[in-house]
Amino acid sequence: MNDSVLKTLTVSFVVCLFCSLIVSFAAVSLRDAQNLNKLNDQRIKILKTAAIYNPEESIESQFVRLTPKFVDFSNGLLLDEFEDLDLTTYDPVYFSKQADYSTPVPADLDIAIVKNKENIGKIYLLKDFNNNLEKIILPIRGYGLWGTLYGYIAIDKDLNTIRGLEFYEHKETPGLGAEVDNPKWKALWDGKKIYKDGVIEIAVIKGKVDKSNKMADYQVDGLSGATLTSRGVTNMLAFWFSESGYQETLSKINYDS
Amino acid sequence: MTVKQYKEVLTKPLLEENPITLQILGICSALAVTSNLSVTLVMCVALTSVVSFSNLFISLIRNYIPSSVRIIVQMTIIASLVIVVDELLKAYDYETSKKLSVFVGLIITNCIVMGRAEAFAMKEKPFISFIDGLGNGLGYSIILIAVAIVRELFGAGTLMGYEILPLVSNGGWYPANNLLLLPPSSFILIGLMIWGIRAYKTDQVEINEFKLSKHATAPDLTKRELNA
Amino acid sequence: MLEHYLSIFITTVFIENIALSVFLGMCTFIAISKKIDAAFGLGVAVIAVCLITVPLNNFIFNTILKDGALAWAGLPDVNLQFVGLISYIGVIAAAVQILEMFLDRFVPALYNALGVFLPLITVNCAILGATLFILTTLLNFRIPQHITRTTHGRQ
Repeated sequence: MNDSVLKTLTVSFVVCLFCSLIVSFAAVSLRDAQNLNKLNDQRIKILKTAAIYNPEESIESQFVRLTPKFVDFSNGLLLDEFEDLDLTTYDPVYFSKQADYSTPVPADLDIAIVKNKENIGKIYLLKDFNNNLEKIILPIRGYGLWGTLYGYIAIDKDLNTIRGLEFYEHKETPGLGAEVDNPKWKALWDGKKIYKDGVIEIAVIKGKVDKSNKMADYQVDGLSGATLTSRGVTNMLAFWFSESGYQETLSKINYDS
Repeated sequence: MTVKQYKEVLTKPLLEENPITLQILGICSALAVTSNLSVTLVMCVALTSVVSFSNLFISLIRNYIPSSVRIIVQMTIIASLVIVVDELLKAYDYETSKKLSVFVGLIITNCIVMGRAEAFAMKEKPFISFIDGLGNGLGYSIILIAVAIVRELFGAGTLMGYEILPLVSNGGWYPANNLLLLPPSSFILIGLMIWGIRAYKTDQVEINEFKLSKHATAPDLTKRELNA
Repeated sequence: MLEHYLSIFITTVFIENIALSVFLGMCTFIAISKKIDAAFGLGVAVIAVCLITVPLNNFIFNTILKDGALAWAGLPDVNLQFVGLISYIGVIAAAVQILEMFLDRFVPALYNALGVFLPLITVNCAILGATLFILTTLLNFRIPQHITRTTHGRQ
């Protein structure tokens, strides 16, 4: 009695209709809140790297000090517009996986194993209240032990001193490689330098840094039990501060300021 | 339906007929999300609401579902509820939604939800089905919360993010048990709980399907005695 | 090219094994591993269902559900990602049903051997999990350095 074709079709249709209405209503009415969450999530990561994050204040008002810019990796120029891309929501990691917007990195240069690099990057300039440049926040990524680590690095306006390093996504082992999230380790990066006489010297070493060593300013304590993750961080910085990364961009900023 | 019957339906799944420890259902999500107590609490609320409301809705239309599309109609209702829960999480608790990622979607395939729909909601009235869903959800939650408390407290030294046992790596005295941060530890913990519960309630112990046979070369003492 | 596919295969079979590393599909894993022939049959069935459903779900996601996917139908602003979960499980249920009918008609020995486990595959976390991982997480398939080669970078 329930099994006639007409009954089956009617019941199926009614159930589908009812479910679709509920699901669509939920999705559409919650969409704005969700998009705002996603945007704020990215923004909090960047605010933390810039060391200006205050959980009490609204994200909007804090992010006012950060100006995003497109980076054209082919010539190192900073742009406010590029074709039809939206600067506010542009995600370089997503576009690095789209064939039309990315270029494969040659194997001999790909020390961080990013495989594909986006043609257009995105950096953030942190300005103080007089509109002077204070810090620059750069997205970086590279392979660790179990997967790619995604993060942001903040550098000082002298374009050589590191002010912050935050990883927002990785697959490293808790207690070992995942100690990249340990606030004590992250604090070690403040004040370390990247380039010495034009050569990238910044590295995560094995064991603790000897403060009397003259290269101490270019070294960070290794993560105990996580040699490959530490190496991954070193390689990641070596890649993104080389010619394959932001080196040309940073040199052009030097000329401007 | 008397109040006593409602109470029975609500409390049986907590210990006597606990979906995880007796029926061994819903293990997948128990293993992966329990390293963190606050994430586990959200997961428990999500699953309890899905199983209660899916029981309610399926029971409401139980007399009108043709048998040929029975499973798919149940699944559509369950999947719609899970989508609503997922969307609500992404809008109001984005941090947890990121940590749960695909496991909210996997509530659809959680055996407890489908199992209760088939076993109870298709046969009983709506309100008692809702209570049954609630009871099973609570049974699931109890086990998950117990595992999560052990894993977070002894694995990371914190509970709900508040430091309780200061870790050696943070300058304290507690050497963190790193095994508890990995998923297999919840497997072991649930196994220990099942062992404990079955020692206390021996009627839950299953009959051995395969019995160990006697040792092939065991000496036959009766023959020896005769020969001596 | 071949190395890329081989590394994906090795990663998903050994390194991110869906039962032992991500812990999906545990229910049937525990229940079926008592007998070898049942386990073998279930394994074959799971492989068959995954082979059908994962590419199909990927196709549906990219042509209908993704943000802007419906541009070919003249609706570039539509984002139907939220309907994803229902459509994936629907596809899986349909694939299992069709596989059941196919086996019943053409390979009845296997159909009888699998028995009740074939319809149970529909609710196997591992199958839906496989689809969701492909579609929602950023997948970086590489054989880790310490297995195949030394690093190029600094020591």
